[in-house]
Amino acid sequence: MGTPLLKINHISKSFPGVKALDDISFSVEKGRVHAVMGENGAGKSTLMKCIFGLYHPDEGDIILYGNKCLFSNTRQALDNGISMIHQELQNVPSQNVMENIWIGRIPYKKVISPLRITDEDKMYKDTLALFDKLNLDIDPKKAVKDLSVSTCQLLEIARAVSYNAKLIIMDEPTSSLTDKEAAILFSIIDMLIKSGVSILYISHKIEEVMQISNEVTILRDGTLVGTYKIKDIDSDFLIRSMVGRELTNRFPQRPQNPHLGDVMLKVSHLESAVPGSFSDISFDVKRGEILGIGGLVGAQRTELMESVFGLRPVKNGTIEINGEPVTIKSSGDAIKKKMGLLTEERARTGILGKLSITDNMLVVNQRYNLPRYRKNLIFLNNTLRKSDSREYTKDLSVKTPSIDTQISSLSGGNQQKVLLGRWLMLNPDILILDEPTRGIDVGAKYEIYLIMRKLTSQGKSIIMISSEMPELMGMSDRIMVMCEGHLSGIIDGKTATDEEIMKLASSY
Amino acid sequence: MELTQSNIKKILMDNLLYVVLLFMFVILIIISPAFLSWIVIRDILMQSSTRLIIALGCMFILIVAGADLSGGRVVGLAAVIAGSLAQSSTFYNKFFPMLPELPVIVPVLIAIGIGLLAGFLNGIIVAKLEVNPFIATLGIALVVYGFNCLYFNLPPNNSQPLGGFTKGFSALGGGATLGIPNIIIIAAVCTIIVYLFQRKTCLGKELFAVGGSKDAARVSGINVEKILVLAYSLAGALYGLGGVLEAARTGSATSTYGAGYEMDAIASCVVGGCSLMGGVGSVPGVVVGVLIFNVISYGLTFIGISSYWQNVFKGVIIICAVALDVRKNRKKN
Ligand SMILES: Nc1ncnc2c1ncn2[C@@H]1O[C@H](COP(=O)(O)OP(=O)(O)OP(=O)(O)O)[C@@H](O)[C@H]1O
Ligand SMILES: [Mg+2]
Repeated sequence: MGTPLLKINHISKSFPGVKALDDISFSVEKGRVHAVMGENGAGKSTLMKCIFGLYHPDEGDIILYGNKCLFSNTRQALDNGISMIHQELQNVPSQNVMENIWIGRIPYKKVISPLRITDEDKMYKDTLALFDKLNLDIDPKKAVKDLSVSTCQLLEIARAVSYNAKLIIMDEPTSSLTDKEAAILFSIIDMLIKSGVSILYISHKIEEVMQISNEVTILRDGTLVGTYKIKDIDSDFLIRSMVGRELTNRFPQRPQNPHLGDVMLKVSHLESAVPGSFSDISFDVKRGEILGIGGLVGAQRTELMESVFGLRPVKNGTIEINGEPVTIKSSGDAIKKKMGLLTEERARTGILGKLSITDNMLVVNQRYNLPRYRKNLIFLNNTLRKSDSREYTKDLSVKTPSIDTQISSLSGGNQQKVLLGRWLMLNPDILILDEPTRGIDVGAKYEIYLIMRKLTSQGKSIIMISSEMPELMGMSDRIMVMCEGHLSGIIDGKTATDEEIMKLASSY
Repeated sequence: MELTQSNIKKILMDNLLYVVLLFMFVILIIISPAFLSWIVIRDILMQSSTRLIIALGCMFILIVAGADLSGGRVVGLAAVIAGSLAQSSTFYNKFFPMLPELPVIVPVLIAIGIGLLAGFLNGIIVAKLEVNPFIATLGIALVVYGFNCLYFNLPPNNSQPLGGFTKGFSALGGGATLGIPNIIIIAAVCTIIVYLFQRKTCLGKELFAVGGSKDAARVSGINVEKILVLAYSLAGALYGLGGVLEAARTGSATSTYGAGYEMDAIASCVVGGCSLMGGVGSVPGVVVGVLIFNVISYGLTFIGISSYWQNVFKGVIIICAVALDVRKNRKKN
């Protein structure tokens, strides 16, 4: 092969207290999918941001088509044929789909020069043409705030493609997609590759990396482990190189004879107050049980669970906890009934970006477990807050220089662990997890599954919304499948198959 | 830590506010050595006291990502109400001719209560009616000012400046305890209380959480509306106290008292490191922010520079402070 499209030469980058990248080198060939893998906080996103001009590396060069180039802003990167899908959604919720796609490049028509107005028609047509090419079915005029997380993600993909870049960086593009939408992405990638575009692809999902990429570069703690051809390796090798040890099982053993207790949570005929959301949903969760919730985009799984948690209004239906009817009008009510909810959208409804890890972890517990954190009548015991935060940071192996670090400077997966810690601290009886392992590396996923098993063995109930089939089938005792706001069936988790779930998920 | 050049630069950058304050002091002393005296420092601290109390109120608002344009007018109303209730019985021109002399605490608490009420209304309008805070507080500012003028114009006063305050009331602004002016003591106590509240109580922490992300705070079981109302109410109470002290310090009160103070308060907060986007703000920062502005106005007058220039300096400082802050934050991320 001739000169590689992109060559990364001895890149290093430090942040206060962490060496995020240490002497990284590899190259990306034209028309190939080059995966980058590594544990949470390994430095993947940092490396991509260096390439894209968001960060300036401390040392090293980035060579594009044989020319040295270090971009000092993203505009330059875009102009030089690099576009990027970020790990966290970058949409402007108040604008519509097409404005989001063409942001910064809105077409104008001249009225009288130099007076210009936006050319809505052209923008609409261009958007339709783009969606047509990519096989997406989204209304260009719809407001982005009305779209689901996964549709927003598809939108980001479309936008990245719309720059006609030679190199597209994709930072965990599938973390919030269901299998069906991921398939759309893969066919888009296929199309791009055929037209000579290269892709830098970050993911924690081993199967998809094995399936779609040609090479993989593995990072560990900011250092390079190596670059391998996919055809020369297998998934065990991948995991071993990433985690640094053997990981024989992806899921903990199911308990031999799980003793499920009484019904902990019973939801009957619940109907959303929002028209077109869910209606007539009835299910229950027993003590010690993990209830998985599967479905495609638009199944209203998140809406359902957020309603149970008091964040969205309901019109009809009852909720019983331990056999007693309860009214839950706000998240506070739910928390008082010993429920917890880890939300799906980490950046919007999860982290308190400007606050420290400690403040993020304790935000629930310090109020709902106030006596524990009281030093006297008025003040909180900051020493105890810190020691609790330190304990969970350590247990969940959050990678951070200190517990006073601002949460937004952590890697995505580590932010997720802090949020999980926030709810574990509360020790809830019913823990609702909406895509709990989103953006979490294989090793840490296993740890989280272990935590879930431990909770259920203590008689807690877990409700887990997941778009990852293996996770749903590997962890759930029962799987409830939803489709477009209807409950299409509840099946046994031990015997469920892909086909069975998919069939139920598209039964309406 | 070694004192390399880059280290020194970093330390200077991290403590930029203190450096600027010190630098201004040194310059003023070089120009006019008489500046370095207890009297001058005392005067600056006395002038800063009311401003600081008002700025602390404003800080709560900025932390929850709000805005408050009503501060100055609430100060004015509180000053007039406190003044009208704190006149000595021997004064010839009383607002309420028949009113007996009240203990100091009564006008003080009533004025603070009125401030709290105004703030509470701001909070309800912003949190429950979901009116944009600029508009909500602009509206309340007008309402408050209107009522203040109506009250101030009641016969027999008919809009004459209030005076003749009781000894006890005047002592709040002019008296001293153990040689330290009372007003400075009051401001210091307020500052410490606000600091402890913010750093060490659950509600204090939740103000930051709400300012950081309302959606995330709501998921975490925080009653976001309640916290917003709390922030605006606390601010209102502090404005009320500010108004009381302003009347006590100057020995007078009119309905135009406090005009424009909200802008000075916002400016001090922003210079002191509060973010207009919410979630950020510290008491020491605000203290230094207030001091910087008062050192400028006092210092420039002291060395005989026209007060018109003071505004120019203040404006430049606000812009520089924010521009620097943006750069500092960008480096971090
Ligand atoms: N802006 C920042 N300020 C300080 N530290 C940072 C910043 N961005 C990243 N880091 C640190 O750099 C390290 C690498 O982070 P990075 O986001 O690149 O990880 P990642 O490999 O993308 O992880 P994940 O899989 O969780 O997304 C982490 O330890 C993180 O805490
Ligand atoms: Mg990342």
